Amino acid sequence: MSSDASRLGFYLLIAPLLLWLVVLILLPHIGLFAVSISEKTGVREYEIGFGNYAAFFTEPLYWRTFARTAIMSILATVLTLLLGFPIAYYIAKLTRGRTKTTLFLMCMIPFWVSELVRTYGWMILLRETGVFSNALQYIGLTTGPIEFLYNDAAIMVGLVYTSILFMVVPLVTTLDSLDDSLIEAGYDLGGTSFSVMREIVIPHAMPGIVSGCIVVFMLSLGNYLTPILLGGKDSLWFTGMIYTQFITRFNWELGSAFGFLLLALSSLVVFVGLKLSRQSLTETMGR
Amino acid sequence: MIPTVPRSRFSIWCYRAYVITFFVYLALPLTVVCIFAFNNSVFPSLPWEGFTLAWFFGTEAPFIGVFNERSIMRAIGTSAFVAVWVAGLAVAVGTCNAFLFVRHEFRGKSLLYMLMLLPLIIPGVILGISILVFSSAVANTLEDATGLWFDGLRPGLILVILGQFSFIATFATLVISARLQKFDPSLEEAALNLGASQWGAIRQITLPFLFPAIIASAIVSVLMSFENFNTTLMLVGSESPLTITMFDKLKQGSTPVLNAVSLLLIIVSAAIGLISLLFQNAKR
Amino acid sequence: MTVSPDLVCRDLVKDFDSFRAVDHVTFEVPQGSFFSILGPSGCGKTTLLRMIAGFQSPSSGDLLIKGRSMLGVPPNKRPVSMVFQHLALFPTMNIGDNVGFGLRQRGVARSEIKARVTQVLERVGLPGFSERRVEQLSGGQKQRVAIARCMVLEPDVLLLDEPLGALDLKLREHMKIELKALQSEFNTTFVYITHDQSEALVMSDKVAVMNHGRFEQIGTPHEIYYDPKTAFVAGFVGDANRFDAKVSAKSGSALSMVTEAGTQIEVETDASNLSVGQGAEVFLRPEAIELAKAQADLTVKTNTSVGVVTSVFFNGANSMVSLKDAKAGMSFNVALPQTGAFADLQPGDEVYTSWHPAKARCYAHDGA
Repeated sequence: MSSDASRLGFYLLIAPLLLWLVVLILLPHIGLFAVSISEKTGVREYEIGFGNYAAFFTEPLYWRTFARTAIMSILATVLTLLLGFPIAYYIAKLTRGRTKTTLFLMCMIPFWVSELVRTYGWMILLRETGVFSNALQYIGLTTGPIEFLYNDAAIMVGLVYTSILFMVVPLVTTLDSLDDSLIEAGYDLGGTSFSVMREIVIPHAMPGIVSGCIVVFMLSLGNYLTPILLGGKDSLWFTGMIYTQFITRFNWELGSAFGFLLLALSSLVVFVGLKLSRQSLTETMGR
Repeated sequence: MIPTVPRSRFSIWCYRAYVITFFVYLALPLTVVCIFAFNNSVFPSLPWEGFTLAWFFGTEAPFIGVFNERSIMRAIGTSAFVAVWVAGLAVAVGTCNAFLFVRHEFRGKSLLYMLMLLPLIIPGVILGISILVFSSAVANTLEDATGLWFDGLRPGLILVILGQFSFIATFATLVISARLQKFDPSLEEAALNLGASQWGAIRQITLPFLFPAIIASAIVSVLMSFENFNTTLMLVGSESPLTITMFDKLKQGSTPVLNAVSLLLIIVSAAIGLISLLFQNAKR
Repeated sequence: MTVSPDLVCRDLVKDFDSFRAVDHVTFEVPQGSFFSILGPSGCGKTTLLRMIAGFQSPSSGDLLIKGRSMLGVPPNKRPVSMVFQHLALFPTMNIGDNVGFGLRQRGVARSEIKARVTQVLERVGLPGFSERRVEQLSGGQKQRVAIARCMVLEPDVLLLDEPLGALDLKLREHMKIELKALQSEFNTTFVYITHDQSEALVMSDKVAVMNHGRFEQIGTPHEIYYDPKTAFVAGFVGDANRFDAKVSAKSGSALSMVTEAGTQIEVETDASNLSVGQGAEVFLRPEAIELAKAQADLTVKTNTSVGVVTSVFFNGANSMVSLKDAKAGMSFNVALPQTGAFADLQPGDEVYTSWHPAKARCYAHDGA
């Protein structure tokens, strides 16, 4: 069946894919792991060992930052889901035709704009000389300027803002595919808003919820700009720590170990999320 | 909770109010960024000192506009250079992948497909450092072995391009595959039946069908490349793209020039995004 | 004490922006009967059904179920259940959970839900299907699950929104009989909407024919078929030959008319408001026309004519021939008797036809 020409075509097609995956994804991550388990013993002399990982677990600053990053990211994911779901539902189920397209596009525009610009916008709003502080002074609620930046709440506002569209967009898509007659059938059989939501809408939206949560968690965990700019120098975000080890301290071995730990955490959460909802990566991501 | 199920006026009203609040939240940061690009003051904050276009066209310090700020213009050029390369590579590889995954059955296909999706779930910073570590190791080995310099493997534009390509290619593959899946293979068979060669059929029938998806993925790639920060941060050398330049300036203290650049970015990316949607939704 | 009907609609009107979907509809459905609403698509029957279910609210008029007004009662509080057009079985639940959904909403104890689900699944002929998934079922089985899901709640009225539309022909024929059997098994009031006249005629105790938001006629299937009250009903239900004709003479209930093609016909019609010179539509069922190879063989001696066969439509028991009147050139269809006497008929053959004046139905032209 397969002629020589079609075999050649097949190899020509698979070559760029393999080149990309092996050279840019697989080998670098193997390399990253290799560096993370090497310890510097002298100038350009290394030996294999888990000293970098030991350093992570013995130095409270490191693992506390790690735990803090993870918890804040989970919190941001939950908040994003709670805030985004009603919006997605509104767009998918309560609007039609042109209103729907317009609302959806309005959701998409901030999503296309650079994260840096979005974060900058929040800085202008929240800082001591910013719009909120000035507005409060103007209406007389406070006498002096207020600093809204550089705290965890500011980080949370920024994280939710940055990632909410990655929640809303997949949710709108899955909720759109829910036939109205299923919801009507639920009410017709005596269901209340709450039970219809819990037994019909949410089970149907589960693939969207899972893929939205995974993306939002990943984006929060790997975020660098928002915690640094909105949380300030002492924001203690794990990506910031990786950056410090690599660029400022030039301690690539420890930095690689950190990087690998972050990768392990994010993979673990993705894996657990998929298992809990009985979805596969292929159907969740490759939509 | 759909229009055909009756609901109290109060709850409908509350729901609407929430949606409006949400959209205000969405629009607020971008709006203030845009407004302060026109404030006649050296700080992008209140009080409002009057309208000016100096932050776009100004030539005298401290009012040096974007178009006369050499570092920013150079950064835009760098970003554009990177974006064009990334988009070109991503579309080319993405098209190959689409044909491979949609048209071919082979052992290990699902494994390769999963690997192809991996860049979506690897944090950008990690992608950056892994490529940095690996390329440096290769460069060190090669330099030790040959005694030559391999600057291309050190932080710089080549690594930035490769780093961005490593995850943008996944998006391009997904967009183009989705379109190819909708292609009716009997069209290509008809072309073969009418005497076209295999390649001729692909070139004259299949590729034109894929064209909207190819353009859309190229546009999305340019947009993603322009805005990428995390991966780029780890791989950048002496020449920095726009987001990195803006970040450095922001750390030093903000001026309305940044608002002006941001305004331009917002306009351009919103326009590009809308165009890409038009292409993606093109039915023919 | 008289039992109040299960469902009463009084002067029901539904307006959408500038369009009146349901126009002063009034009817009653007694307990335990099968009531069909038959009409072409867009006639307002779906809107009417959704008003009964509570998904649309009437612009005016009243709607009572078991004597209680349903105005302002939300769909989840109404004692009606609905079988949706595409059934709307919940794909995320198995069959047992689908059927038990309504009982769970009422807070029925889990063990009782299980027992009642098992029981109702047996009654619809799907014992042991509880654990199956929706997509594992055939079209007919899904249909029965959808009915079981409603019937387990023991609703006063079951609404069915063209549930057979998605099935293929063979299964549809089968389900018609099965639905009727289920209805008498449960002895529940069914309100069934459809655009398929044979569904309505086969299953119903009463049929309402609906057009442009109005009820044209309510009656038993027999009345609807043999005694249509309006031209629309006569044309919509069953096959009919339709001619335009003018009244040329009238004596009592007997009318002489001249068709557009110029043929003289004799018609008998009771309570006719037609007067001489008036235009009317005449409907004649294909099976009302007698067919013979020689004029002497005709048993009915009125309205005889000679026709030439233009085509033969063989369709088993429903076979017909199309004839062209030899004198006036008028075309009409005649059903072939099932004796097989005319099985050898070919296009071009000459045949004799006649029909009894009382078999035709005439209706004055609108506004004429």
